[in-house]
Amino acid sequence: MNKFDNIKKLIVKDQLKLDCGQTISNFPIAYETYGKLNSKKSNAILVFHALTGDQFATGINPITKKDGWWKYALGPGKAIDTDKYFVICANVLGGCMGSFGPSNVNPTTGKTYEIDFPIITINDMVNAQYFLIKHFEIEKLFCVTGGSMGGMQVLQFVANYPNLSQTAVPIACTSNHSAQNIALNELGRQAIMADAKWQNGKYEDSDSSPNKGLSVARMAAHISYLSKDALQEKFGRKLQERDDLKFSFDADFQIESYLRHQGSVFVDRFDANSYLYITRAMDYFDLNKKYEGNLSKAFKNSNTKFFIISFTSDWLYPSSENKEIVIALNSIGADVGYVEIESDKGHDSFLLNVPDFLETLRGFLNTSYERLNEEGI
Amino acid sequence: MKKEFKIISDLILKNSRVLDVGCGDGELMSFLYKNITKDVRGIEISKQNVQNCISKGLTVIEGDAEKDLIQFPDSSFDIVILSQTLQAFLNPEKVLNELLRVGKKAIVTIPNFGHWKVRLNLLFKGTMPVTKGLPYQWHNTPNLHMCTIKDFFDFCANKNIKFIKSLALNEERLLSISKSNLGKRNLFSEIGIFLIEK
Repeated sequence: MNKFDNIKKLIVKDQLKLDCGQTISNFPIAYETYGKLNSKKSNAILVFHALTGDQFATGINPITKKDGWWKYALGPGKAIDTDKYFVICANVLGGCMGSFGPSNVNPTTGKTYEIDFPIITINDMVNAQYFLIKHFEIEKLFCVTGGSMGGMQVLQFVANYPNLSQTAVPIACTSNHSAQNIALNELGRQAIMADAKWQNGKYEDSDSSPNKGLSVARMAAHISYLSKDALQEKFGRKLQERDDLKFSFDADFQIESYLRHQGSVFVDRFDANSYLYITRAMDYFDLNKKYEGNLSKAFKNSNTKFFIISFTSDWLYPSSENKEIVIALNSIGADVGYVEIESDKGHDSFLLNVPDFLETLRGFLNTSYERLNEEGI
Repeated sequence: MKKEFKIISDLILKNSRVLDVGCGDGELMSFLYKNITKDVRGIEISKQNVQNCISKGLTVIEGDAEKDLIQFPDSSFDIVILSQTLQAFLNPEKVLNELLRVGKKAIVTIPNFGHWKVRLNLLFKGTMPVTKGLPYQWHNTPNLHMCTIKDFFDFCANKNIKFIKSLALNEERLLSISKSNLGKRNLFSEIGIFLIEK
Protein backbone atom coordinates (compact mmCIF):
# COMPACT_ATOMS: atom_id res chain seq x y z
CA MET A 1 0.00 0.00 0.00
CA ASN A 2 1.20 3.43 -0.95
CA LYS A 3 1.41 6.05 1.79
CA PHE A 4 -0.56 8.43 -0.44
CA ASP A 5 -3.51 6.07 -0.93
CA ASN A 6 -5.71 7.75 1.65
CA ILE A 7 -5.30 11.36 0.59
CA LYS A 8 -7.60 13.30 -1.74
CA LYS A 9 -6.62 13.15 -5.37
CA LEU A 10 -8.09 14.33 -8.61
CA ILE A 11 -7.03 12.33 -11.62
CA VAL A 12 -6.96 14.82 -14.46
CA LYS A 13 -8.13 13.07 -17.62
CA ASP A 14 -7.73 16.12 -19.85
CA GLN A 15 -4.55 16.84 -21.69
CA LEU A 16 -2.26 19.51 -20.34
CA LYS A 17 0.37 20.94 -22.63
CA LEU A 18 3.43 21.86 -20.62
CA ASP A 19 5.71 24.80 -21.39
CA CYS A 20 8.53 22.36 -22.20
CA GLY A 21 6.44 21.04 -25.11
CA GLN A 22 5.35 17.70 -23.64
CA THR A 23 1.71 16.92 -23.06
CA ILE A 24 0.51 15.08 -19.99
CA SER A 25 -2.85 13.53 -19.16
CA ASN A 26 -4.32 11.09 -16.65
CA PHE A 27 -2.19 12.62 -13.94
CA PRO A 28 -2.96 13.01 -10.23
CA ILE A 29 -3.33 16.31 -8.39
CA ALA A 30 -3.33 15.69 -4.65
CA TYR A 31 -5.28 18.24 -2.68
CA GLU A 32 -6.90 19.03 0.63
CA THR A 33 -9.87 21.20 1.47
CA TYR A 34 -10.86 23.04 4.62
CA GLY A 35 -14.24 24.50 5.52
CA LYS A 36 -17.46 24.16 3.53
CA LEU A 37 -18.30 25.38 0.06
CA ASN A 38 -21.49 27.44 0.36
CA SER A 39 -24.50 26.88 -1.88
CA LYS A 40 -23.63 29.84 -4.14
CA LYS A 41 -20.06 28.55 -4.37
CA SER A 42 -18.91 32.08 -3.64
CA ASN A 43 -16.64 31.47 -0.65
CA ALA A 44 -13.81 29.47 -2.20
CA ILE A 45 -10.18 30.40 -1.69
CA LEU A 46 -7.41 28.69 -3.63
CA VAL A 47 -4.21 28.65 -1.59
CA PHE A 48 -0.91 28.00 -3.38
CA HIS A 49 1.97 26.57 -1.42
CA ALA A 50 5.64 27.54 -1.55
CA LEU A 51 8.70 25.50 -2.58
CA THR A 52 8.61 22.90 0.17
CA GLY A 53 4.97 23.17 1.20
CA ASP A 54 2.15 20.82 0.30
CA GLN A 55 -1.63 20.59 0.28
CA PHE A 56 -1.82 20.16 4.06
CA ALA A 57 -1.82 23.86 4.84
CA THR A 58 -3.21 23.59 8.33
CA GLY A 59 -4.07 21.01 10.96
CA ILE A 60 -1.92 17.90 11.23
CA ASN A 61 -0.35 16.66 8.03
CA PRO A 62 -1.47 12.99 7.86
CA ILE A 63 1.75 11.91 6.16
CA THR A 64 4.39 13.78 8.17
CA LYS A 65 2.31 14.09 11.38
CA LYS A 66 3.56 17.67 11.62
CA ASP A 67 1.59 20.92 11.77
CA GLY A 68 0.47 22.36 8.44
CA TRP A 69 2.75 25.04 7.00
CA TRP A 70 0.18 27.86 7.28
CA LYS A 71 -1.19 27.03 10.71
CA TYR A 72 -0.98 30.63 11.91
CA ALA A 73 -2.90 32.11 8.99
CA LEU A 74 -5.36 29.39 8.08
CA GLY A 75 -7.97 27.50 10.08
CA PRO A 76 -11.14 28.01 12.10
CA GLY A 77 -11.20 31.59 13.39
CA LYS A 78 -7.85 32.38 11.78
CA ALA A 79 -7.07 35.14 9.26
CA ILE A 80 -8.20 32.82 6.47
CA ASP A 81 -11.18 31.63 8.46
CA THR A 82 -12.25 28.14 7.49
CA ASP A 83 -15.49 28.62 9.44
CA LYS A 84 -16.33 31.10 6.72
CA TYR A 85 -14.37 30.17 3.63
CA PHE A 86 -13.86 26.99 1.67
CA VAL A 87 -10.13 26.59 1.16
CA ILE A 88 -8.59 24.41 -1.51
CA CYS A 89 -4.89 23.71 -1.50
CA ALA A 90 -3.17 21.39 -3.98
CA ASN A 91 0.25 19.84 -4.04
CA VAL A 92 2.03 21.43 -7.01
CA LEU A 93 2.92 19.57 -10.16
CA GLY A 94 6.41 18.17 -9.60
CA GLY A 95 5.78 17.87 -5.88
CA CYS A 96 6.19 14.86 -3.64
CA MET A 97 2.99 14.74 -1.61
CA GLY A 98 0.86 12.77 -4.04
CA SER A 99 0.66 15.02 -7.11
CA PHE A 100 2.22 14.14 -10.42
CA GLY A 101 5.96 14.38 -9.82
CA PRO A 102 9.33 12.72 -10.41
CA SER A 103 8.61 9.93 -7.93
CA ASN A 104 5.55 8.80 -9.91
CA VAL A 105 5.72 5.73 -12.09
CA ASN A 106 5.85 6.30 -15.82
CA PRO A 107 3.10 4.02 -17.22
CA THR A 108 4.88 3.52 -20.52
CA THR A 109 8.12 2.24 -18.96
CA GLY A 110 6.78 0.93 -15.66
CA LYS A 111 9.63 2.75 -13.93
CA THR A 112 9.74 5.79 -11.73
CA TYR A 113 10.20 8.99 -13.75
CA GLU A 114 12.94 10.41 -11.56
CA ILE A 115 15.07 12.69 -13.72
CA ASP A 116 13.07 11.82 -16.85
CA PHE A 117 10.14 13.77 -15.49
CA PRO A 118 9.40 16.74 -17.76
CA ILE A 119 10.67 20.14 -16.67
CA ILE A 120 7.71 22.02 -15.28
CA THR A 121 7.01 25.71 -14.78
CA ILE A 122 4.92 27.92 -12.52
CA ASN A 123 2.55 28.27 -15.47
CA ASP A 124 2.16 24.48 -15.66
CA MET A 125 1.51 24.26 -11.92
CA VAL A 126 -1.24 26.85 -12.14
CA ASN A 127 -2.84 25.29 -15.20
CA ALA A 128 -2.87 21.91 -13.46
CA GLN A 129 -4.64 23.36 -10.43
CA TYR A 130 -7.25 24.96 -12.67
CA PHE A 131 -8.69 21.46 -13.13
CA LEU A 132 -9.52 21.41 -9.44
CA ILE A 133 -11.60 24.57 -9.80
CA LYS A 134 -13.42 22.89 -12.67
CA HIS A 135 -13.81 19.76 -10.58
CA PHE A 136 -15.59 21.72 -7.84
CA GLU A 137 -17.61 23.55 -10.51
CA ILE A 138 -16.63 26.90 -9.06
CA GLU A 139 -17.32 29.72 -11.48
CA LYS A 140 -15.58 32.39 -9.51
CA LEU A 141 -13.19 32.03 -6.62
CA PHE A 142 -13.37 34.54 -3.83
CA CYS A 143 -9.60 34.68 -3.50
CA VAL A 144 -6.30 33.24 -4.69
CA THR A 145 -3.41 33.62 -2.29
CA GLY A 146 -0.02 32.30 -1.34
CA GLY A 147 3.42 33.39 -0.25
CA SER A 148 6.79 33.10 -1.97
CA MET A 149 6.39 30.58 -4.83
CA GLY A 150 2.72 30.56 -3.82
CA GLY A 151 2.63 34.28 -4.60
CA MET A 152 4.19 33.67 -8.00
CA GLN A 153 1.39 31.20 -8.70
CA VAL A 154 -1.14 33.85 -7.67
CA LEU A 155 0.31 36.25 -10.26
CA GLN A 156 0.41 33.57 -12.93
CA PHE A 157 -3.13 32.46 -12.09
CA VAL A 158 -4.57 35.95 -12.57
CA ALA A 159 -2.59 36.36 -15.79
CA ASN A 160 -3.92 33.04 -17.12
CA TYR A 161 -7.48 33.33 -15.78
CA PRO A 162 -8.06 37.10 -15.49
CA ASN A 163 -11.55 36.98 -14.04
CA LEU A 164 -11.67 33.68 -12.22
CA SER A 165 -11.06 35.23 -8.81
CA GLN A 166 -12.60 38.24 -7.10
CA THR A 167 -9.45 39.00 -5.16
CA ALA A 168 -5.77 38.07 -5.25
CA VAL A 169 -3.28 38.30 -2.41
CA PRO A 170 0.30 37.59 -3.52
CA ILE A 171 2.60 37.66 -0.49
CA ALA A 172 6.37 38.12 -0.30
CA CYS A 173 6.99 37.25 -3.93
CA THR A 174 8.32 38.53 -7.22
CA SER A 175 7.29 38.66 -10.84
CA ASN A 176 10.61 37.21 -11.94
CA HIS A 177 13.41 35.32 -10.25
CA SER A 178 16.48 37.50 -9.75
CA ALA A 179 20.07 36.39 -10.36
CA GLN A 180 20.47 36.05 -6.59
CA ASN A 181 17.34 33.86 -6.38
CA ILE A 182 18.61 31.63 -9.20
CA ALA A 183 22.08 31.49 -7.64
CA LEU A 184 20.70 30.30 -4.31
CA ASN A 185 18.56 27.66 -6.00
CA GLU A 186 21.52 26.50 -8.07
CA LEU A 187 23.54 26.15 -4.88
CA GLY A 188 20.86 23.81 -3.56
CA ARG A 189 20.68 21.79 -6.75
CA GLN A 190 24.44 21.40 -6.95
CA ALA A 191 24.52 20.22 -3.34
CA ILE A 192 22.03 17.47 -4.25
CA MET A 193 23.83 16.52 -7.44
CA ALA A 194 27.20 16.45 -5.67
CA ASP A 195 25.89 13.75 -3.34
CA ALA A 196 27.10 10.42 -4.76
CA LYS A 197 23.80 8.90 -3.71
CA TRP A 198 21.93 11.09 -6.14
CA GLN A 199 23.22 8.79 -8.93
CA ASN A 200 22.16 11.14 -11.71
CA GLY A 201 18.69 11.19 -10.28
CA LYS A 202 18.20 7.42 -10.41
CA TYR A 203 18.08 6.67 -6.73
CA GLU A 204 14.52 5.42 -6.30
CA ASP A 205 15.42 1.73 -6.70
CA SER A 206 18.49 1.92 -4.51
CA ASP A 207 18.41 1.70 -0.73
CA SER A 208 19.41 5.25 -0.08
CA SER A 209 18.60 8.76 -1.23
CA PRO A 210 20.86 11.82 -1.54
CA ASN A 211 19.96 12.95 1.95
CA LYS A 212 23.24 14.71 2.61
CA GLY A 213 22.92 16.82 -0.50
CA LEU A 214 19.27 17.59 0.05
CA SER A 215 20.01 18.50 3.63
CA VAL A 216 22.73 20.97 2.60
CA ALA A 217 20.34 22.44 0.02
CA ARG A 218 17.79 22.96 2.76
CA MET A 219 20.36 24.50 5.10
CA ALA A 220 21.44 27.04 2.49
CA ALA A 221 17.86 27.87 1.60
CA HIS A 222 16.86 28.15 5.23
CA ILE A 223 19.44 30.90 5.78
CA SER A 224 17.82 32.86 2.97
CA TYR A 225 14.42 32.62 4.67
CA LEU A 226 15.64 34.35 7.83
CA SER A 227 17.00 37.81 8.46
CA LYS A 228 20.45 38.56 9.76
CA ASP A 229 18.99 40.32 12.79
CA ALA A 230 16.68 37.44 13.66
CA LEU A 231 19.55 34.96 13.41
CA GLN A 232 21.77 37.18 15.51
CA GLU A 233 19.11 37.65 18.13
CA LYS A 234 18.17 33.99 18.33
CA PHE A 235 21.64 32.45 18.11
CA GLY A 236 24.34 35.08 18.15
CA ARG A 237 27.58 33.24 18.94
CA LYS A 238 25.95 31.01 21.52
CA LEU A 239 27.56 27.59 21.90
CA GLN A 240 25.73 24.30 21.62
CA GLU A 241 25.68 22.39 24.93
CA ARG A 242 29.30 23.20 25.71
CA ASP A 243 31.20 25.77 27.67
CA ASP A 244 33.93 26.44 25.19
CA LEU A 245 35.01 25.84 21.61
CA LYS A 246 36.08 22.26 20.95
CA PHE A 247 38.68 23.05 18.32
CA SER A 248 36.97 20.66 15.91
CA PHE A 249 34.36 20.74 13.17
CA ASP A 250 31.54 19.60 15.40
CA ALA A 251 28.57 21.88 15.70
CA ASP A 252 30.12 24.18 18.30
CA PHE A 253 27.67 26.96 17.62
CA GLN A 254 23.94 26.77 18.16
CA ILE A 255 23.30 28.08 14.67
CA GLU A 256 25.23 25.14 13.19
CA SER A 257 23.29 22.66 15.23
CA TYR A 258 20.02 24.38 14.31
CA LEU A 259 20.78 24.28 10.59
CA ARG A 260 21.86 20.62 10.72
CA HIS A 261 18.59 19.83 12.45
CA GLN A 262 16.59 21.74 9.82
CA GLY A 263 18.41 19.80 7.10
CA SER A 264 17.90 16.39 8.70
CA VAL A 265 14.17 16.76 9.37
CA PHE A 266 13.63 18.08 5.86
CA VAL A 267 14.96 14.95 4.13
CA ASP A 268 12.36 12.85 5.92
CA ARG A 269 9.55 14.63 4.16
CA PHE A 270 10.94 15.83 0.85
CA ASP A 271 12.19 14.22 -2.32
CA ALA A 272 15.50 15.42 -3.77
CA ASN A 273 14.36 15.23 -7.39
CA SER A 274 11.22 17.20 -6.56
CA TYR A 275 13.47 19.82 -5.05
CA LEU A 276 15.38 20.04 -8.32
CA TYR A 277 12.23 20.33 -10.41
CA ILE A 278 10.44 22.87 -8.27
CA THR A 279 13.44 25.17 -7.82
CA ARG A 280 13.89 25.02 -11.60
CA ALA A 281 10.27 26.08 -12.08
CA MET A 282 10.89 29.07 -9.81
CA ASP A 283 14.03 30.05 -11.71
CA TYR A 284 12.18 29.92 -15.02
CA PHE A 285 9.48 32.21 -13.67
CA ASP A 286 9.53 35.52 -15.50
CA LEU A 287 6.09 36.99 -15.98
CA ASN A 288 7.59 40.21 -17.33
CA LYS A 289 9.31 38.44 -20.19
CA LYS A 290 6.19 36.48 -21.02
CA TYR A 291 4.41 39.79 -21.58
CA GLU A 292 7.05 41.50 -23.72
CA GLY A 293 8.81 43.05 -20.76
CA ASN A 294 5.67 44.81 -19.63
CA LEU A 295 4.26 43.24 -16.49
CA SER A 296 1.14 45.41 -16.70
CA LYS A 297 0.07 43.48 -19.78
CA ALA A 298 -0.18 40.31 -17.69
CA PHE A 299 -3.08 41.86 -15.80
CA LYS A 300 -4.69 44.15 -18.32
CA ASN A 301 -7.75 41.96 -18.84
CA SER A 302 -8.35 41.39 -15.16
CA ASN A 303 -10.74 43.10 -12.79
CA THR A 304 -9.41 41.17 -9.81
CA LYS A 305 -8.86 43.21 -6.67
CA PHE A 306 -5.23 42.84 -5.59
CA PHE A 307 -3.67 43.17 -2.19
CA ILE A 308 0.09 42.78 -2.12
CA ILE A 309 2.04 42.21 1.07
CA SER A 310 5.79 42.31 1.67
CA PHE A 311 7.97 42.26 4.79
CA THR A 312 10.65 44.74 5.83
CA SER A 313 13.33 42.12 6.60
CA ASP A 314 12.69 39.86 3.58
CA TRP A 315 15.85 39.95 1.50
CA LEU A 316 14.92 36.98 -0.69
CA TYR A 317 11.90 38.68 -2.28
CA PRO A 318 12.37 42.21 -0.97
CA SER A 319 9.72 44.90 -0.84
CA SER A 320 11.22 46.59 -3.89
CA GLU A 321 10.33 43.54 -6.01
CA ASN A 322 6.83 43.32 -4.56
CA LYS A 323 6.42 47.01 -5.25
CA GLU A 324 7.23 46.47 -8.92
CA ILE A 325 4.05 44.41 -9.12
CA VAL A 326 2.11 47.22 -7.40
CA ILE A 327 3.50 49.73 -9.88
CA ALA A 328 2.61 47.52 -12.85
CA LEU A 329 -0.95 47.24 -11.56
CA ASN A 330 -1.30 50.93 -10.75
CA SER A 331 -0.07 51.90 -14.17
CA ILE A 332 -3.13 50.23 -15.71
CA GLY A 333 -5.50 51.54 -13.06
CA ALA A 334 -6.04 48.14 -11.49
CA ASP A 335 -7.52 47.88 -8.01
CA VAL A 336 -4.42 47.28 -5.89
CA GLY A 337 -3.60 47.76 -2.24
CA TYR A 338 -0.13 47.31 -0.84
CA VAL A 339 1.50 47.18 2.56
CA GLU A 340 4.98 46.40 3.78
CA ILE A 341 4.67 44.70 7.15
CA GLU A 342 7.27 45.48 9.80
CA SER A 343 8.86 42.20 10.82
CA ASP A 344 12.38 41.04 11.71
CA LYS A 345 11.59 37.44 10.78
CA GLY A 346 12.76 37.65 7.17
CA HIS A 347 11.11 35.92 4.24
CA ASP A 348 9.56 33.33 6.55
CA SER A 349 7.41 36.09 8.12
CA PHE A 350 4.41 34.96 6.07
CA LEU A 351 4.55 31.52 7.70
CA LEU A 352 5.01 32.76 11.25
CA ASN A 353 3.00 34.45 13.94
CA VAL A 354 3.29 38.07 12.76
CA PRO A 355 0.15 39.72 14.17
CA ASP A 356 0.21 42.81 11.91
CA PHE A 357 0.34 40.55 8.86
CA LEU A 358 -2.34 38.16 10.06
CA GLU A 359 -4.71 40.94 11.14
CA THR A 360 -4.32 42.87 7.89
CA LEU A 361 -4.90 39.73 5.84
CA ARG A 362 -7.99 38.91 7.92
CA GLY A 363 -9.30 42.47 7.56
CA PHE A 364 -8.79 42.49 3.81
CA LEU A 365 -10.51 39.16 3.25
CA ASN A 366 -13.44 39.77 5.58
CA THR A 367 -14.27 43.28 4.39
CA SER A 368 -13.84 42.29 0.73
CA TYR A 369 -16.12 39.31 1.29
CA GLU A 370 -18.77 41.35 3.10
CA ARG A 371 -18.68 43.96 0.40
CA LEU A 372 -19.15 41.38 -2.36
CA ASN A 373 -22.09 39.94 -0.45
CA GLU A 374 -23.62 43.39 0.04
CA GLU A 375 -23.27 44.08 -3.65
CA GLY A 376 -24.96 40.74 -4.29
CA ILE A 377 -22.14 39.23 -6.27
CA MET B 1 -16.38 63.58 10.74
CA LYS B 2 -14.27 66.64 10.17
CA LYS B 3 -16.17 69.53 8.65
CA GLU B 4 -13.35 69.82 6.12
CA PHE B 5 -14.04 66.30 4.81
CA LYS B 6 -17.70 67.13 4.23
CA ILE B 7 -16.68 70.20 2.23
CA ILE B 8 -14.20 68.15 0.21
CA SER B 9 -16.79 65.51 -0.60
CA ASP B 10 -19.23 68.19 -1.74
CA LEU B 11 -16.68 69.18 -4.38
CA ILE B 12 -16.59 65.67 -5.89
CA LEU B 13 -19.01 64.45 -8.53
CA LYS B 14 -20.75 61.11 -8.04
CA ASN B 15 -18.79 58.08 -9.28
CA SER B 16 -15.63 60.05 -9.94
CA ARG B 17 -12.32 58.23 -9.83
CA VAL B 18 -10.57 59.59 -6.75
CA LEU B 19 -7.10 59.31 -5.22
CA ASP B 20 -6.61 60.45 -1.64
CA VAL B 21 -2.94 61.31 -1.14
CA GLY B 22 -1.91 60.91 2.49
CA CYS B 23 -5.22 59.25 3.28
CA GLY B 24 -4.37 58.65 6.96
CA ASP B 25 -6.67 56.16 8.63
CA GLY B 26 -9.11 56.33 5.72
CA GLU B 27 -11.83 58.43 7.35
CA LEU B 28 -12.40 60.57 4.27
CA MET B 29 -12.07 57.59 1.94
CA SER B 30 -14.69 55.63 3.87
CA PHE B 31 -17.08 58.56 3.67
CA LEU B 32 -16.47 58.96 -0.06
CA TYR B 33 -16.90 55.23 -0.61
CA LYS B 34 -20.26 55.19 1.14
CA ASN B 35 -21.64 58.41 -0.27
CA ILE B 36 -19.90 59.56 -3.42
CA THR B 37 -17.92 56.94 -5.30
CA LYS B 38 -16.77 53.34 -5.04
CA ASP B 39 -13.77 54.17 -7.17
CA VAL B 40 -11.55 55.64 -4.48
CA ARG B 41 -7.90 54.83 -3.80
CA GLY B 42 -5.43 56.03 -1.23
CA ILE B 43 -1.71 56.37 -0.75
CA GLU B 44 -0.33 56.63 2.76
CA ILE B 45 3.12 56.64 4.31
CA SER B 46 2.32 55.18 7.74
CA LYS B 47 2.23 51.38 7.89
CA GLN B 48 -0.22 51.38 10.78
CA ASN B 49 -2.60 53.62 8.87
CA VAL B 50 -2.32 51.50 5.73
CA GLN B 51 -3.11 48.37 7.73
CA ASN B 52 -6.16 50.07 9.23
CA CYS B 53 -7.35 51.19 5.82
CA ILE B 54 -6.92 47.74 4.28
CA SER B 55 -8.81 46.20 7.18
CA LYS B 56 -11.66 48.59 6.47
CA GLY B 57 -11.72 47.31 2.92
CA LEU B 58 -10.19 50.44 1.43
CA THR B 59 -7.77 50.18 -1.48
CA VAL B 60 -4.63 51.81 -0.19
CA ILE B 61 -0.98 51.47 -1.12
CA GLU B 62 1.82 52.18 1.26
CA GLY B 63 4.00 54.84 -0.27
CA ASP B 64 5.48 58.29 -0.22
CA ALA B 65 3.61 60.84 -2.33
CA GLU B 66 6.90 62.55 -3.04
CA LYS B 67 8.32 59.43 -4.71
CA ASP B 68 5.46 57.13 -5.55
CA LEU B 69 2.93 59.21 -7.47
CA ILE B 70 5.17 58.66 -10.48
CA GLN B 71 3.67 55.19 -11.00
CA PHE B 72 0.26 56.60 -11.90
CA PRO B 73 -0.32 57.54 -15.53
CA ASP B 74 -1.31 61.07 -16.59
CA SER B 75 -4.93 62.01 -15.82
CA SER B 76 -5.62 58.60 -14.30
CA PHE B 77 -7.93 60.11 -11.68
CA ASP B 78 -10.75 62.62 -11.94
CA ILE B 79 -9.82 64.11 -8.58
CA VAL B 80 -6.70 63.86 -6.45
CA ILE B 81 -7.08 64.99 -2.85
CA LEU B 82 -4.33 66.37 -0.66
CA SER B 83 -5.69 67.28 2.74
CA GLN B 84 -3.45 69.42 4.97
CA THR B 85 -0.28 67.69 3.89
CA LEU B 86 1.28 69.98 1.28
CA GLN B 87 3.30 71.82 3.91
CA ALA B 88 4.95 68.58 5.09
CA PHE B 89 6.70 67.74 1.82
CA LEU B 90 10.32 68.47 1.05
CA ASN B 91 9.30 69.80 -2.32
CA PRO B 92 5.66 70.96 -2.32
CA GLU B 93 5.91 72.37 -5.83
CA LYS B 94 6.92 69.00 -7.26
CA VAL B 95 4.10 67.28 -5.39
CA LEU B 96 1.58 69.83 -6.62
CA ASN B 97 2.72 69.27 -10.19
CA GLU B 98 2.39 65.52 -9.71
CA LEU B 99 -1.13 65.92 -8.29
CA LEU B 100 -2.17 67.89 -11.34
CA ARG B 101 -0.52 65.42 -13.69
CA VAL B 102 -2.12 62.33 -12.14
CA GLY B 103 -5.46 64.01 -11.54
CA LYS B 104 -7.58 65.98 -13.97
CA LYS B 105 -8.33 68.17 -10.97
CA ALA B 106 -6.98 68.38 -7.44
CA ILE B 107 -8.41 69.38 -4.11
CA VAL B 108 -5.74 70.85 -1.87
CA THR B 109 -6.41 72.02 1.65
CA ILE B 110 -3.90 73.97 3.72
CA PRO B 111 -3.71 75.00 7.36
CA ASN B 112 -3.51 78.79 7.14
CA PHE B 113 -0.40 80.24 8.72
CA GLY B 114 -1.81 83.69 8.08
CA HIS B 115 -4.63 83.29 10.62
CA TRP B 116 -4.69 86.13 13.17
CA LYS B 117 -4.07 83.83 16.12
CA VAL B 118 -0.89 82.58 14.49
CA ARG B 119 0.20 86.14 13.78
CA LEU B 120 -0.54 87.31 17.34
CA ASN B 121 1.27 84.35 18.79
CA LEU B 122 4.46 85.31 17.01
CA LEU B 123 3.96 89.04 17.56
CA PHE B 124 3.31 88.98 21.27
CA LYS B 125 4.85 85.76 22.53
CA GLY B 126 7.82 85.95 20.21
CA THR B 127 7.79 82.17 19.80
CA MET B 128 6.83 79.97 16.88
CA PRO B 129 3.03 79.70 16.89
CA VAL B 130 1.36 76.70 18.49
CA THR B 131 -2.40 76.61 17.95
CA LYS B 132 -5.19 74.06 17.88
CA GLY B 133 -4.76 73.58 14.15
CA LEU B 134 -0.96 73.72 14.33
CA PRO B 135 -0.17 71.88 17.56
CA TYR B 136 3.57 71.26 17.02
CA GLN B 137 6.64 72.91 18.49
CA TRP B 138 9.25 74.32 16.11
CA HIS B 139 11.60 71.38 16.75
CA ASN B 140 9.16 68.53 16.19
CA THR B 141 6.82 69.88 13.55
CA PRO B 142 6.40 67.81 10.40
CA ASN B 143 5.43 71.03 8.65
CA LEU B 144 8.48 72.03 6.65
CA HIS B 145 6.86 74.57 4.37
CA MET B 146 4.09 76.42 6.14
CA CYS B 147 2.20 78.86 3.96
CA THR B 148 -0.72 81.21 4.20
CA ILE B 149 -3.86 81.24 2.09
CA LYS B 150 -2.43 84.26 0.33
CA ASP B 151 0.89 82.47 -0.34
CA PHE B 152 -0.91 79.53 -1.90
CA PHE B 153 -3.20 81.78 -3.89
CA ASP B 154 -0.28 83.78 -5.29
CA PHE B 155 1.76 80.66 -5.94
CA CYS B 156 -0.97 79.04 -8.05
CA ALA B 157 -1.57 82.27 -9.95
CA ASN B 158 2.14 82.42 -10.74
CA LYS B 159 2.24 78.83 -11.96
CA ASN B 160 -0.87 79.22 -14.10
CA ILE B 161 -2.82 76.85 -11.93
CA LYS B 162 -6.52 77.64 -12.25
CA PHE B 163 -8.89 77.91 -9.32
CA ILE B 164 -12.24 76.27 -9.91
CA LYS B 165 -13.28 76.87 -6.34
CA SER B 166 -11.52 78.59 -3.43
CA LEU B 167 -13.02 78.23 0.01
CA ALA B 168 -12.05 79.40 3.47
CA LEU B 169 -13.11 77.62 6.63
CA ASN B 170 -13.23 79.41 9.94
CA GLU B 171 -14.79 77.67 12.94
CA GLU B 172 -17.96 76.39 11.29
CA ARG B 173 -18.26 79.08 8.64
CA LEU B 174 -17.46 78.39 5.03
CA LEU B 175 -16.78 81.38 2.79
CA SER B 176 -15.50 81.78 -0.70
CA ILE B 177 -12.17 83.38 -1.43
CA SER B 178 -11.68 85.88 -4.21
CA LYS B 179 -8.97 88.36 -5.12
CA SER B 180 -10.94 91.17 -3.47
CA ASN B 181 -11.43 89.49 -0.09
CA LEU B 182 -8.11 87.64 0.00
CA GLY B 183 -6.57 89.80 2.74
CA LYS B 184 -9.54 89.36 5.03
CA ARG B 185 -9.92 85.64 4.43
CA ASN B 186 -6.20 85.21 5.01
CA LEU B 187 -6.56 86.84 8.42
CA PHE B 188 -9.68 85.08 9.66
CA SER B 189 -9.62 81.58 8.13
CA GLU B 190 -8.08 78.50 9.68
CA ILE B 191 -8.15 76.32 6.60
CA GLY B 192 -8.05 77.03 2.87
CA ILE B 193 -9.73 74.56 0.53
CA PHE B 194 -8.96 74.78 -3.17
CA LEU B 195 -10.28 72.90 -6.19
CA ILE B 196 -7.64 73.45 -8.84
CA GLU B 197 -6.62 72.34 -12.31
CA LYS B 198 -3.79 72.97 -14.67
